[in-house]
Amino acid sequence: MAIPLKYTFKNFQNRKTTSIITLVGIALVVFVFATVLMMAYGIQKTLVSTGSPDNVIILRKAANGEISSIIDGETQAVIRTLPHIAKTSEGTPALSGEAVSVINLEKQGGLSNVTVRAVSPEARFLRPQIKLVEGKWFNPGLKELVIGESVQKNFTNMEIGSKIRISGENWTITGIFDTDGSGFDSEIWADAKEMLNALNRGNSVSTLTLKLDDIENFEKFKMAFAADRRLTQFEVKGEQQFFEEQSESLAMFIKVLGIFITVIFSFGATIGAMITMYTSVANRTVEIGTMRSLGFSRRSILTAFLFESLLIALTGGLIGIFFASFMQFFQISTINFNSFAELSFKFALNPDIIISSLIFAVVMGFLGGFLPSVRAARMKIVNALRSS
Amino acid sequence: MKPIIEVQNLNKVYKKSENEIKVLNNINITVGEGEFLALMGPSGSGKTTLLNLIAGIDKPTSGNIEVKGVDITTFGESALAKWRSSNIGFVFQFYNLIPVLTAFENVELPLLLTKLNRAQRVKHVESALKVVGLGDRMSHYPKQLSGGQEQRVAIARAVVTDPLIIVADEPTGDLDRNSATEILTLLERLNKEFKKTIIMVTHDPHAAERASRVLHLEKGDLVDNL
Ligand SMILES: Nc1ncnc2c1ncn2[C@@H]1O[C@H](COP(=O)(O)OP(=O)(O)OP(=O)(O)O)[C@@H](O)[C@H]1O
Ligand SMILES: [Mg+2]
Repeated sequence: MAIPLKYTFKNFQNRKTTSIITLVGIALVVFVFATVLMMAYGIQKTLVSTGSPDNVIILRKAANGEISSIIDGETQAVIRTLPHIAKTSEGTPALSGEAVSVINLEKQGGLSNVTVRAVSPEARFLRPQIKLVEGKWFNPGLKELVIGESVQKNFTNMEIGSKIRISGENWTITGIFDTDGSGFDSEIWADAKEMLNALNRGNSVSTLTLKLDDIENFEKFKMAFAADRRLTQFEVKGEQQFFEEQSESLAMFIKVLGIFITVIFSFGATIGAMITMYTSVANRTVEIGTMRSLGFSRRSILTAFLFESLLIALTGGLIGIFFASFMQFFQISTINFNSFAELSFKFALNPDIIISSLIFAVVMGFLGGFLPSVRAARMKIVNALRSS
Repeated sequence: MKPIIEVQNLNKVYKKSENEIKVLNNINITVGEGEFLALMGPSGSGKTTLLNLIAGIDKPTSGNIEVKGVDITTFGESALAKWRSSNIGFVFQFYNLIPVLTAFENVELPLLLTKLNRAQRVKHVESALKVVGLGDRMSHYPKQLSGGQEQRVAIARAVVTDPLIIVADEPTGDLDRNSATEILTLLERLNKEFKKTIIMVTHDPHAAERASRVLHLEKGDLVDNL
């Protein structure tokens, strides 16, 4: 049988100050690590929730985002004739041609980009998650806008009745909408016809979003789409998949940068753990000699010390995650590389993040504790006993 | 008296860079079963080294140590550890109790290496602590005990596995006269009543008086045999 766990736990408790310093170091690193992952996941979650499962989006194949895509009027007409498109309550095809552009608006600390999405009247049917929280919807044919909640929060002078200049003309804010934390909350919406006129874009939209009569028919719709030779330059994607892809590069960038930074921090924490464990081994040399005399093996000594280090690390990890979990109450915004516009999102936690953070903590504990534990296990009994 | 330990031509040499320090020179000792042997000699004469070799926590440079007819110098490390756990009880000058464990848990420690179950261990620990007169201090931590009491816990730990041999390196070296007397009386009782073979290193002539035989070491030589 091994050295009792109580030995490890009590030593951990008794060496409060040194253990706590190490613990705080590990907790900090894990906090940063978890926060970075929560940020990346928050972005992903926001953008995935932007799409609806039964919506599909059509873009030009060469485009890597909505603003670089163009669909001309003829193609729009062809797409309208495809099968499996749902009908709105008015009986029109549930399809919204959307012109997406980016404008500059003032916020605290300077200017930033905002996505302007000019939509067909069907857009609200396609995105039932959109709720007007203040004011009224824009009138088609007027220079009116509705703005997402995050736009109102993050930018200055965004009240109902305020004017926003787009291509030299004043547009009036008539309402504020909320989509429960999706990417649309960071957008400004206007009427497609009015906006295309103002931008002199004729009837070319950026993308077409449509609702299928049944999700089951997605493959059939895709086949019909592919079969039409007039559509070879365009592609169909699930709306959710599309927005998820839009989050990938930013989420990846944050993850890579964040993990790079935390790995550097983690060297500090690991060395801290190592120093703590070396001290711990040095202070308990006689105990080690005594236990070995009684017949405990080198391996059980190694295990006891390694376990102690892992215990410190795991506790630190749990504390780090505990504090990181409060980040879920914070909302921040950043420029998304794919849309070139601000995206507002909340930090989000999931079980994978908890598990990877704890694994990260345990790895630090293991690396920090390994060499000291080996030293403890390798001592000669007589030398250990003599050190008193 | 039946011999229990036979030390034959035992040598121990420490190498310090170029220099070789001969710590034990061709030692031959026979210890009978139930003997209470005291080892005396000046500081640095090799008493601790000899005791450690007999107890199987150190390896000789040459020579044999037979205990109950088995040569322990041929054992590998884990065999030796297993052998110690069932044959040797250790008593140290500074008690060497584990400070974070209670008296009970300290005494239980060697039993964790046996096949005894929890209930059996409790019984053994309680009776060992009763033998040393500390049945009422089981949940005390070492720092809540006096030096003499700590040493008695250590003795309980040494006898709890019921080993044949107890090795004690200056067991009274850190105690006042009264506590020392108590400890020596206890060791004497273990020897007489419980038939333990005891080898005790000591500087104290009072302590040596309790032994059935005294051996003297000087610069690594056993001088009584000369
Ligand atoms: N690990 C070691 N390396 C080198 N020399 C050692 C080592 N251990 C002991 N010695 C030397 O061996 C000699 C005998 O040491 P030992 O501890 O056996 O003496 P002792 O009789 O127990 O002395 P004391 O009465 O002071 O405890 C000493 O000269 C000591 O310096
Ligand atoms: Mg000594």
